[in-house]
Amino acid sequence: MSASIALPLGGYSIPVRRRASGESVLVKWSLIAAALAFLTLFLFVPLAAVFCEALRKGFDAYIAALAEPDALASIQLTFLVAAVAVPANLVFGVAAAWAIARFEFRGKSLLLTLVDLPFSVSPIISGLIYVLMFGAQGWIGPWLQSHGLKILFALPGIVLATMFVTVPFVARELIPLMQEQGSEEEEAAIVLGASGWQTFCRVTLPNIKWGLLYGVILCNARAMGEFGAVSVVSGHIRGQTNTMPLHVEILYNEYQFAASFAVASLLALLALVTLALKSYVEWRARHETSEPIAEGPQQ
Amino acid sequence: MSIEVRNVSKRFGHFTALDNVSLDFPTGELVALLGPSGCGKTTLLRIIAGLETAESGSVLFHGEDATEREARERRVGFVFQHYALFRHMTVFENIAFGLRVKPRRERPGEEAIRDKVMSLLQLVQLDWLADRYPSQLSGGQRQRIALVRALAVEPKVLLLDEPFGALDAKVRKELRRWLRRLHDEIHVTSIFVTHDQEEALEVADRVVLMNRGRVEQIGTSEEVYEHPATPFVYGFLGSVNLFHGRAHDGVMRFGNIALQAPEYNNAENAPAVAYTRPHEIEVGRSAPGELGISARLKRALVVGPSARLELEREDDAGIIEAEIPSDLYRSLALREGETLLVRPRKTKVFLDAA
Repeated sequence: MSASIALPLGGYSIPVRRRASGESVLVKWSLIAAALAFLTLFLFVPLAAVFCEALRKGFDAYIAALAEPDALASIQLTFLVAAVAVPANLVFGVAAAWAIARFEFRGKSLLLTLVDLPFSVSPIISGLIYVLMFGAQGWIGPWLQSHGLKILFALPGIVLATMFVTVPFVARELIPLMQEQGSEEEEAAIVLGASGWQTFCRVTLPNIKWGLLYGVILCNARAMGEFGAVSVVSGHIRGQTNTMPLHVEILYNEYQFAASFAVASLLALLALVTLALKSYVEWRARHETSEPIAEGPQQ
Repeated sequence: MSIEVRNVSKRFGHFTALDNVSLDFPTGELVALLGPSGCGKTTLLRIIAGLETAESGSVLFHGEDATEREARERRVGFVFQHYALFRHMTVFENIAFGLRVKPRRERPGEEAIRDKVMSLLQLVQLDWLADRYPSQLSGGQRQRIALVRALAVEPKVLLLDEPFGALDAKVRKELRRWLRRLHDEIHVTSIFVTHDQEEALEVADRVVLMNRGRVEQIGTSEEVYEHPATPFVYGFLGSVNLFHGRAHDGVMRFGNIALQAPEYNNAENAPAVAYTRPHEIEVGRSAPGELGISARLKRALVVGPSARLELEREDDAGIIEAEIPSDLYRSLALREGETLLVRPRKTKVFLDAA
């Protein structure tokens, strides 16, 4: 079936390349069709439904739903939480990746496991940990209460829960990258007279920038979209401690479908932007690390 | 600038990398640290550079104690085996790096940096590569750029860690001649680490042989090759034949051969080993009354000016390697399978420690 055929082409013959595997065209296309059907059914249709539902009552209603004070507050809160949690995890992620990739120390594998912990723990449990610690009956809750510090059902609790859930994203992205790159370039910089800070800014950071950006994008997406952990610690106070995902749920439970989908469409839009950014970063990273070898006179 | 290493020791866990090493590196010399992998040569180099800290002992630069000085303050040039060029910078920026990170008051102006970098690139005839990235260069080009980058900050000392280890044989040969010429031009005190004995003997003014964290011998290429101080040095610098026997009253005996070994005048029937290089062995047909070890010629390989013979001893079936001139081999008309008489022309006797 798939033998090499020579096509006569103006006295010049081009051999058709033989396919390595003998699968027929039918198999190939049915597999592609199955994958596409699956994607359409479970991804594209729901995504389209979100936008359709959001715009069902017209564009003005859509804008009105987003401009409603509680909705605006939830959008504000979501961005505020991400603005604190993402930079915090950026610093932690770089520090942890640096420690794990560059140094040998006791408890290294334990640290590696701890970094992964939020991935393996249900977000609800992550939230409950904070309730157990800071709640009225918690370990240090009464002490905090007597000093007038409010963590649970307030911004600090939401930020803490979000940070916990998003800890692995930056560190996980950087550790393999930094291990692969090794520390020779940094040693070279130091021997050439660079200070620690100069070495970090001029050598380490440029080498990890695409991995770092990738981690930050994923971290941000999760920070804005987190539901479980935040739901436990937020207390669902309208206009105060509701993030966008929580606000969507409340509106939906109150049968305000159009408003609910309007806010949800913002989150969906955020996901699409994240995807686009992620693809761009991946493309740039690939583009920069694979340059052709120079041809030139050898001396 | 001279470098002195005083009683330096270093352990990694239970592994002793350096065991009380003391060495002098005089100003302007090119010295090779030679030894098998794991002998501590790279560790010593990294301790001199300040990239590793010694457990005990000190490093002196120009007579001044530099043990506590940080790597960035030591003013050494370091060349890594895998180049360690900054992958996101052009060749020009790589070389300019050391100048750009200087404190503001010492930092040269943009024009001065440009002149310096270009003149260094011209020195190694690679100025046409200034705008390339490291990934666009060949291995040999990368290593030369790495060396130029180290030279840009005008180091007092140049340290090279297996500089040609990652290159193929032909480029390696070219580059080591190039390094020797460069050193003759700039005369900066240089130490380079290698496990390739040919490279060390060809390039260095002096060779330091190391084994298991200790210094075995120091000397010029000729000294260490012609007069190895220890059995290890003998074995490491080229192939060698071992003849086991006994030393007694200044005479070492094996088979029917007796060798004068005056350095062991006090030895009493001590186990000893005579070391002989293949080209220091005489081979001939046995004649009545002649002394020697009889051995059967198993294989003969004639390549170019010399013939390499593999002989099997008749007494203990041990293998003896001999190298004789091709002309002699032809005039003797030796045949494989023939029994011959083997005699060492020159030997060095060591008492068997075991």
